[in-house]
Amino acid sequence: MRTYAPMYVEAALLTLRIGTTGILLSVAVGIICSGVLYNRVPVLKGIVSAYVELSRNTPLLVQLFFLYFGLPKIGIRLSGQMCGVIGLTFLGGSYMTEAFRSSLEAVEKIQYESAMSLGMNSVQVFRYVIFPQALATAVPSVIANVVFLLKETSVFSGIALADLMYVAKDLIGLYYQTGEALLMLVIAYLVILLPVSLLGSVLERRLRYAGFGN
Amino acid sequence: MGQNILEIVDLVKKYDGETILNGLNLQIRKGEVVVVLGPSGCGKSTLLRCMNALESIQGGQILLEGMRVEKNAKNITLIRQKIGMVFQSYELFPHKTILENITLAPLHVQKRSQSQVQEEACTLLKRVGLSGKENAYPRQLSGGQKQRVAIVRALCMHPEIMLFDEVTAALDPEMVREVLDVILELANEGMTMVIVTHEMQFARAVADRVVFLEGGRIVEESDPETFFTHPSSDRAKAFLQTFEFHKERQNHAEKQST
Ligand SMILES: Nc1ncnc2c1ncn2[C@@H]1O[C@H](COP(=O)(O)OP(=O)(O)OP(=O)(O)O)[C@@H](O)[C@H]1O
Ligand SMILES: [Mg+2]
Repeated sequence: MRTYAPMYVEAALLTLRIGTTGILLSVAVGIICSGVLYNRVPVLKGIVSAYVELSRNTPLLVQLFFLYFGLPKIGIRLSGQMCGVIGLTFLGGSYMTEAFRSSLEAVEKIQYESAMSLGMNSVQVFRYVIFPQALATAVPSVIANVVFLLKETSVFSGIALADLMYVAKDLIGLYYQTGEALLMLVIAYLVILLPVSLLGSVLERRLRYAGFGN
Repeated sequence: MGQNILEIVDLVKKYDGETILNGLNLQIRKGEVVVVLGPSGCGKSTLLRCMNALESIQGGQILLEGMRVEKNAKNITLIRQKIGMVFQSYELFPHKTILENITLAPLHVQKRSQSQVQEEACTLLKRVGLSGKENAYPRQLSGGQKQRVAIVRALCMHPEIMLFDEVTAALDPEMVREVLDVILELANEGMTMVIVTHEMQFARAVADRVVFLEGGRIVEESDPETFFTHPSSDRAKAFLQTFEFHKERQNHAEKQST
């Protein structure tokens, strides 16, 4: 077991690296796209809706295959890690969009009007009044999405990225030590995901106590 | 009192085909305090929201100092800065402190200097009896305090005209006074105001002119003394009678409970 541990650590680091990058980008995509939907920006609104549907209704592995095996056919060759980041962002972006969008919609419309009545334009209203309020209520679903996306990284092995799943499969294939390899796999995911979940519930409780409420 | 600052001409407002305001005309002179009365659902709030272009309009026009007040006008954010609005439910920004609530728009919309705006905010807060609340959050304030902050927030933009939509309707009775006093003081200073209220005593005290809205139009318009003692339309009479009735019943109930 000890001999394979370093392989797991390295794989976990890869998973984390791609995961973190993809998740941060997902949050950025989610903020922008939910802003477009909330403000009903013409044209862009349609594009974002189409993207959300496409992204939510195709499996990550299929999206990765498209990036990794499909794109080279039209001359675009991306590294495995790059595909991982893009794929995760493509998937996560739509989930984050939905998380932010529903929180934005939950902010009362009259808050928007009261900000407008002070002469703010729609960008200022969004930035200073609506979004900060939505952020607080979005935290639980954003954290849930983070956990979901980190778990989804397990399909990276499908495009030959040496992530946790890949290493485990490798070890099983090579040495037939199925039990050990799987145990280590579960532990590795728990080590990554438990802190995220815990952080999530702490944040959630904090925000509830600091709850604005009129 | 000076010339007209706000002119409403043949205003038509419909919600999904239902006509709420139907060819309404109203002029407001600089420094004038106009109280809008009318039965529930007659469109008082709608009228104020149109004056601020929070609602699109289906006919006629609203002019502020000659500029069209229209939802899609290019200069609408500029026009809105000249029109202060106070809502029944305060609508402070819950994630901002009192000081931030007041200074947000002057800083980011009007790009005024931070020190100047903060100083003005503090002075205004002091005037409404809220010194020391600068760093509190709205949830830590009573309804009456929140409403005074909302008034200060609108004032800090240096509006030409202020709109008040039943700003005491959500308050506990003991807090009504502190808010009305602030508005009375503004009236004394010559602020132009349009006030929708159900507080008849206050309406009588503060108004230069009372307009009575019904059926989508202004059906009666007079000075407060005349309106409250000799209303000319039957509708206004009936409206005032319901208030008398409410008051009597309230007095009766109070007598019984003591
Ligand atoms: N957003 C809306 N969509 C559809 N109808 C509306 C909307 N807002 C108001 N109305 C209708 O327009 C009419 C006028 O409403 P408004 O709120 O202006 O009345 P009001 O005079 O302010 O009444 P109150 O004294 O109860 O506040 C009402 O019949 C109301 O049902
Ligand atoms: Mg109303």
